[in-house]
Order: sequence, then structure tokens, then C-alpha cells
Amino acid sequence: MNSQLNTVEFTLVVALGSFVAGMLGSLTGLGGGVVIVPLLTLVFGVDIRYAIGASLVSVIATSSGAAAAYLREGYSNMRVGMFLEIATTVGAVSGAFLAGYLHTSIIAIVFGVVLLYSAYASTHTLADPPEGMAPDRIATVLRLDASYPTADGLKFYHVRRVPLGFGLMYVAGVLSGLLGIGSGAVKVLAMDQAMKIPFKVSTTTSNFMIGVTAAASAGIYLRRGYIDPGLAMPVMLGVLAGALVGAKILPGAKVRTLRIVFGVVIAALAVEMILQGVRGKL
Amino acid sequence: MKKGENGGAVVHGGVDDKSVELFLGKLLRWGVLLAALVVFVGGVWFLAESNDVPQNYRTFRGEPADLRAVPQILHEAMVLRPLGLIQFGLLLLIATPVARVLFSVLGFALERDWMYVVLTLLVLGLLVYTLTSGGAS
Repeated sequence: MNSQLNTVEFTLVVALGSFVAGMLGSLTGLGGGVVIVPLLTLVFGVDIRYAIGASLVSVIATSSGAAAAYLREGYSNMRVGMFLEIATTVGAVSGAFLAGYLHTSIIAIVFGVVLLYSAYASTHTLADPPEGMAPDRIATVLRLDASYPTADGLKFYHVRRVPLGFGLMYVAGVLSGLLGIGSGAVKVLAMDQAMKIPFKVSTTTSNFMIGVTAAASAGIYLRRGYIDPGLAMPVMLGVLAGALVGAKILPGAKVRTLRIVFGVVIAALAVEMILQGVRGKL
Repeated sequence: MKKGENGGAVVHGGVDDKSVELFLGKLLRWGVLLAALVVFVGGVWFLAESNDVPQNYRTFRGEPADLRAVPQILHEAMVLRPLGLIQFGLLLLIATPVARVLFSVLGFALERDWMYVVLTLLVLGLLVYTLTSGGAS
């Protein structure tokens, strides 16, 4: 598609697409990063390595840009975040190195599978864990247990199954480094499902972790020459502007319908990524 | 603080956790806006100087050495090359989560939580490693 466009036109069209991706990502809570790579590769014919580099940059922008709003809520658990960050940054470094050796078709197929899972996970909201669980020994040693404010006062919670959560976080990091996404869906799986952390705490903690994980991968991508300024510029500015607008109109938006629509779009992109990967076209 | 009596500091002994985090949140947002501004200025300049030859991102070539490593990017930005400016803005952006981890080290140190000072330094060290020597091929 980009063969007829000159630099200015190409930049503007990519910026517009990124704006829409950023807005939908912020409205649905899925993040704009998941659709940037399919958008750039499938629609604009960009090499998947450049696409991943540009996507990583936009993931950092939305994470850091939204931090103020999340921190105001006051739910994040810095100890859980920092402890798990060891797993995600080591994972991100592994994933970024792996990206240099794997064939781009394989990366495209893995991307499609992860995208399908994200689409599936986005339509299933998880229930908060039951209260009154026994403390976990490792969590106690690491002082991970904490409390968060609710309408009925401070609510204490115990963090469970730390090794499983840590392992899943490593996987989230690998995927982030390999695919240039925030891996929000896997992070939520690790914190909500495995470690039984309340939803509000896990989402805010996850936002902080996404930025740090992406920064670890971005450093390697930058030094590898995968981050092209001419491409990353419209993607970063577009996604950031879209995310800011999305956050502004969020209170009045029909989030449920949007989630379903966005989920279907993501699933379609995922299937296309897998097909193109199998055919060796990406 | 519209959450009433329970809306204050969360958790763990640190009395000022909340205000430190709020300050950090604002710092991060200003960092992102500054990065976006630098990228925007570099971007407009880049487009103004661009010709009608279509950009080709279909074939992967990799960036030239002066747009890869931190010292070279800083130099390119200093001599005001448009692509160097954009890359410098992206570097500022990558620095925002790194700054947050750095401040967390200080926060844990103030709470005298040495275990977490060490764990956080580990994360910080990894981030610095990836930016300075990771992935060079």
C-alpha cells in the first residue's frame, strides 16, 4: 500500500491509524500496542522488525503517560511490581535476543496466537479472588501482602503462588521482547489468576510493569537498529494522542460494545497474521 | 482525596508512599510530553526536508550506526539533525520508566527496606545494560 505514498502522506496515514489504535486500546483497556504490529505489517507492508520497534516505543508512551492517572487511584503494589519486574525484564532481554534469531514468519505466527488469546481474554472479565485466604510463605518473606482502599475501608489481601506468578511473568517478558507488545493479558493472568491479587491492584501494578518491561526490550531494539525514527515518530505521537483522547471520553463510552468490536477486529488480525506467517509472507 | 478517610496512603509503613507516587506520576507525564515534543519537532523538520521518494520499510536494512547507540544519538541531536532529534526524543521516552525505577530505589532506601533496594537495583542494572551494551551485533 505504501508504494504510491510519499513520505509525508505515509507519515500522516500511519499517524491516523495509530491514533485510532491508541484510542481503542485505551477505551478497551487492551492497550494500543496489540494492533500496531498487525496494522503496520498487514496494512502498510512494513517489515515486522521495524513494526515491533515502533510498537515498543508506543507501549512505553501509553504506560508512562497513564501512570499519573493510575497512581492517583492509589492501588498499585510497588513490591509486587518490582519483584515481578525482575522476571519480566530478564524475559524481555531473552525475547529481544530471540527476535534476532527467529525467522520473521515464526514471529508472525506467535504474534497471531498471542493476539487470539488477548482477544479471548478481553471478553472474559475475571472475578476477584475470595477473601480470607491463608498467607503464603514466600509472599510473607518478600513482604508482598498489602491492602488497598475500598468503599468499606482498607481491604487486606494475601499474595499467593509466587513461583507460578514469577514464571508466568517471565513468559510475559519474553513475549513483550519478542513481539513488541505490553503483554498485558499475560500479566493479568499471572497476577489475577495465579497470584490472586485483586483486580484493581493488578491492573494498576501491571501498567507500571508494562513500561519497564518495554523499556528493557526497547534498549536492545534500539541498539540492534530496529527502531526507525521516521516510522516510530508517527506511531508514537499517534498512539499517545489517541490514548489521551480515549481516556477523556472513557466515562461516557459504551465500553462493553467497544470491547466486543475490538475483540473481533483483533481476532481477525490474528488469523491474518498466522496465515501470512504460514505462507512466509511476513 | 475524595475517597474520604480511607483514601490516603496505601500499605507498608511508608507514610509518604502516596505523595511520592503522585509526584512520580506527574514527573512521568511531563517526561512523556517532553519526549513527544522533541519527537514532534524532529518529525516536522524531517518531513519538511523529505523528498517525493517513497519511504521503504518493506525491506529491513537496520538503522545506521549513528542512530543506534546512546552517545551517537546524543551527538546527532546536538548537531540538530532531524532524525537524530526524533531518536533523542525516543530515548527520553525510554528513560521515563527507567527514571521511575531509579526513584523506587530511593523510595525503598528511605523506608530502609534493603531487600527491595537490592531487588530494584537489579532491575535498574538490567535496564542500563540493555541501553548501553545489550544486543550489539
